[in-house]
Amino acid sequence: MAKILIPTPLRQFAEKQDSVELPGATVGEVLSGLTAKFPDLKKHLYNDEGKLRSFVNVYLNDEDIRYMNKEATPAAPADTLSIVPSIAGGAAYGG
Amino acid sequence: MVAEETAVSLSKEEILRYSRHLIMPEVGMEGQLKLKQAKVLLVGAGGLGAPLGLYLAAAGIGRIGMVDFDVVDFTNLQRQVIHGTKDVGRKKLDSAFDSMRDINPYVQLDRHETALTSENAFEIFRDYDYVVDGTDNFPTRYLVNDACVLLNKPNVYGSIFRFEGQATVFAYEGGPCYRCLYPEPPPPGLVPSCAEGGVLGILPGIIGLIQATETVKLILGIGQSLVGRLLLYDALGMKFRELKLRKNPECPVCGDHRTITKLIDYQEFCGIPNQTHLEAPVSGEIEVTELKAKQDRGDKFVLVDVREPHEYQIARIPGSVLIPLGELPKRLNELNPADEIVMHCKMGGRSAKACDLLKQNGFTKVINVKGGITAWSDKVDPTVPKY
Repeated sequence: MAKILIPTPLRQFAEKQDSVELPGATVGEVLSGLTAKFPDLKKHLYNDEGKLRSFVNVYLNDEDIRYMNKEATPAAPADTLSIVPSIAGGAAYGG
Repeated sequence: MVAEETAVSLSKEEILRYSRHLIMPEVGMEGQLKLKQAKVLLVGAGGLGAPLGLYLAAAGIGRIGMVDFDVVDFTNLQRQVIHGTKDVGRKKLDSAFDSMRDINPYVQLDRHETALTSENAFEIFRDYDYVVDGTDNFPTRYLVNDACVLLNKPNVYGSIFRFEGQATVFAYEGGPCYRCLYPEPPPPGLVPSCAEGGVLGILPGIIGLIQATETVKLILGIGQSLVGRLLLYDALGMKFRELKLRKNPECPVCGDHRTITKLIDYQEFCGIPNQTHLEAPVSGEIEVTELKAKQDRGDKFVLVDVREPHEYQIARIPGSVLIPLGELPKRLNELNPADEIVMHCKMGGRSAKACDLLKQNGFTKVINVKGGITAWSDKVDPTVPKY
């Protein structure tokens, strides 16, 4: 069971939870488990082609998975996955 | 108060003022003179810019430029501690500089009362050694980043959202940049803004002062900077974590095969329609005054408020039903496609998305209220509080 940390902006799509523990042998499998558990998260993490969105970064412990084996990176039970979306801090657009 | 470029020294008054720096060997006279010779640009005089301006002035940075064109309003005071209640309605630069001058009259302050744009960024940045990004929106973040990379200036970065913050130093001596971290911005509206999502008033104090600390360390050349590390701060868990920040060889602005060699249109890059489009009349959109007229005429329609329940508690337009945007997909059955449906939120952004969602689901008589409840308070009923 790897632990996934869910950042504030995405908690509203994950029943307000800040972390969940999910099984999976790779980062991709753990993330699939996450979007299966919280379907509303899916469009925030993946684009229409099923690829991780470029403004959502995923870290295995402190390493960016883009510089490892991306979603095929093996995930061990003791690992922590972090989803780190870009935040701008106070934009006046939209609302 | 202009610091002389040549033969920089400290006056007797300055020696007294900076004595707690001078007695530390890591700073000392040499370090304090480095601070006095340093030229730092703060982009934004808001939540992050407030602690930055106060503390960098106090620390004795010789020259501080500030870019901002905004005016202080009441909603700023919960976090922008460089401005006071008496400053509401004043230009932020006037208010910020008064505070900074009061703290330290030995600092040269440069006004850049303008929006930072692709046209003026190089001109403004050129005079400074360090750029500190305290902006509040994605287009300006990418603009600051690209200008720093192209001019080879460190970008001391901080950003905040609700209870969380991020900080690092980008583009330092060829190190990773903001685009290495995030190649593209989220589409407009996907990540809520602070005006929409809120922010803990203390949070920018913490993150702004991390930026100030990094700036001072870079100037003094001491300690271990955040270059190559992304610091994450969670106020609720009271946890600091750090992630490795790597230079992306494919980065379009600082990688091996650069495609961005000059500043671009950042509004367009971030998918934000330009101002002329915003001002053009949009079909299916009405002014708040027209909404009032419809109510007064007794027109038959359903007014849906798509904000969150805690916002509904602060203020509401009479006669509205609350269906938060996030719940709308599951609650479409509560609405009848035969009815005319008028939707509003705080400022008009979320309700525009709600209108799109309804149209995708076969609703045809859907109208968005331009400017939301904020405009309602401005133009129809000033007793409705703004927030």
